[in-house]
Amino acid sequence: MKYVTEFRDSKAARALSEAIRRTVRRPWTVMEVCGGQTHAIVRFGLDALFPPGLTLVHGPGCPVCVTPVGLIDQAIHLASLPGVIFCSFGDMLRVPGSVRDLFAAKAAGGDVRVVYSPLDALTLAQAHLDRQVICFAVGFETTAPAFAAAVVQARRLGVKNFSLLVAHVLVPPAIGAILNAPGNRVQGFLAAGHVCTVMGCKEYDELVRRHRVPIVVTGFEPLDILEGVLLLVRQLEAGRAEVENQYARSVRRQGNPEAQAVLREVFEPVPRAWRGIGEIPQSGLRLRHAYAEFDAIERFGGDVALVGEGGVEDAECRSGLVLQGLLKPPDCPAFGIRCTPERPLGAPMVSSEGACAAYFRYRRRTDSLQEVRHGE
Amino acid sequence: MASEDAPAVSCPLPLASGQHVLLAHGGGGRLMQKLIGDVFLPAFANPLLAKLHDGAVFSVEAGRLAFTTDSYVVQPLFFPGGDIGSLAVYGTVNDLAMCGAKPLYLSVGFILEEGFSLELLQRIVDSMAEAARKTQVQLVTGDTKVVDRGKGDGIFINTAGIGVVPPGVMVGPHRVQAGDRILVSGDLGAHGLAVLSMREGLGFGGGIESDSAPLHGVVADLLHSGVDVHCLRDLTRGGLASALNEIATAAKVEMTIEERSIPVQEPVRGGCEILGLDPLYVANEGRFVAFVPPAQAETALAVLRRHAVSHNASVIGTVTGSDEPLIILRTLLGTNRIVDLLSGDQLPRIC
Repeated sequence: MKYVTEFRDSKAARALSEAIRRTVRRPWTVMEVCGGQTHAIVRFGLDALFPPGLTLVHGPGCPVCVTPVGLIDQAIHLASLPGVIFCSFGDMLRVPGSVRDLFAAKAAGGDVRVVYSPLDALTLAQAHLDRQVICFAVGFETTAPAFAAAVVQARRLGVKNFSLLVAHVLVPPAIGAILNAPGNRVQGFLAAGHVCTVMGCKEYDELVRRHRVPIVVTGFEPLDILEGVLLLVRQLEAGRAEVENQYARSVRRQGNPEAQAVLREVFEPVPRAWRGIGEIPQSGLRLRHAYAEFDAIERFGGDVALVGEGGVEDAECRSGLVLQGLLKPPDCPAFGIRCTPERPLGAPMVSSEGACAAYFRYRRRTDSLQEVRHGE
Repeated sequence: MASEDAPAVSCPLPLASGQHVLLAHGGGGRLMQKLIGDVFLPAFANPLLAKLHDGAVFSVEAGRLAFTTDSYVVQPLFFPGGDIGSLAVYGTVNDLAMCGAKPLYLSVGFILEEGFSLELLQRIVDSMAEAARKTQVQLVTGDTKVVDRGKGDGIFINTAGIGVVPPGVMVGPHRVQAGDRILVSGDLGAHGLAVLSMREGLGFGGGIESDSAPLHGVVADLLHSGVDVHCLRDLTRGGLASALNEIATAAKVEMTIEERSIPVQEPVRGGCEILGLDPLYVANEGRFVAFVPPAQAETALAVLRRHAVSHNASVIGTVTGSDEPLIILRTLLGTNRIVDLLSGDQLPRIC
């Protein structure tokens, strides 16, 4: 398949893997920020192609995983209100809140619907004028412009029964937080190609300058990731720290100005709590004052805000460490025993981009992990 | 009462448009008799059904019987490449075929929602009749219930089926053993993608048609070809990945499959990439997996490829061990990973 098959070619993968082996002389620890990349790495067994000294750790780039419990509780509360249609992307539905998930809210009678685009939710609102349609606005800079566009469209069309529960988060502040954390061991980053397709590379120049750390903007196919890693270890071995763009077929340095404009028009940065990690300054988005009428929390009032404050995480879940690259999922004592996709303690076990889900799905048993490693 | 004004058996008059199912159509009275006489009897016409007895009585050849049941709740009711009616016949026919049986008789239970269009019901029934003709099975007994508006989803159909397993045929997971070759009968995921694309209005379904089809013909041919078929399984809900896991668990074997050998149409692959779905887990309605001894794999493949429904058949792997149940996928890159059961449906991803 065009744009897929050629990026999964085994000969080219072997050549890149060889080049990485030849390049690496010292041990390095690098992080892929995006959960989509984590899944590609685990699904295609890419780590088996790396030399032993090169450690890949998985980052916080799973928007489902980092959405705080309080917000999930708010979503469940809103979804359970009479007269509400609550719309969400599919993989948010299994994420545990303090006591239950959105699937349970649906089973209990809430009208919860999976949508594929914020505009689908807007269409639903137009079709159900007697109901309130709330859409769970989840995702990084990749999905935020689409939600912003839906809000602009709702205003233009005069749709009054449409609102957002905003959970958007931003990538560069999270990379900054990882670099600032005591005990950080990440020496280079693969940045998420789709985020940079929207936002461009400028914010990453700033991170590189401040922290002297190499960042390679990287795609999602196996060859993209292998090439991204090669560029990264070349920089590390040469003592360089630059922003490089592996994903040039999608990413322009300035990004997508139209998407950035609508995002800025509708949203503004705010401090945000990340599930398992804590608050990161200016790392989230909220609707600007001019668009506050589309904020579900404003619209549905005090109760919802209160619900959000009581969120309780499962004490045994170590997803915070996993999301910061400090713990590999199989090394968590609960992994696969007390935490499974059927009974998750935390979101990374159920999100389609969660690191725990990737390990559970593709290498659950330790012996097969060995087999995966020796699969070459 | 069988209605006196029932149209000629071979050519039912179309129901007037705009008519809907009423609660009384399931009430056992005159309206129900009219529904049976106007819609079901003409379409499914056969001597066993015509007796309108509480059940069908028939003889079968001596030997073993296969018996199966399945319920059909698909939305949308009509999708590219099929509809709930033909699906309800082929699905049960295929389940019988997977037992190595020749399908003979089906029962059908309709659960209709009050207000459902009689015109749509007629189309669905006609499609079932056509599917039954194609597969040479007879719908010999049935039942109709009507539920209050809002308590159903238009129409649910249950079919059960009986078939005869020829002497000497022994097909089941217990016969799967190390060394067996694993064949799939065609490209994967088209049914699931066609239905999903239409249900959600995704708009990329153009060109993707459901693979819904009867498999009893190719299976019969395979069994007659002298291939000692160890196990068959159709790849419905949960797709290839779930079927292999179920068989591996039942047979306590390990299997290794090759990603490059698993056929998936380009548009299906593209749709799955966009939605973050793995075609290995997407439902099919006209595909199956066969386990055969290694020396007979080529013969089996040749038989499959002779039939239109399985002309894309491919050998995808081998039963590699007989200890812990495990499916290992050799990726395009030559690395290995596990193919496990999912806990539920695949959910489309965020970005």
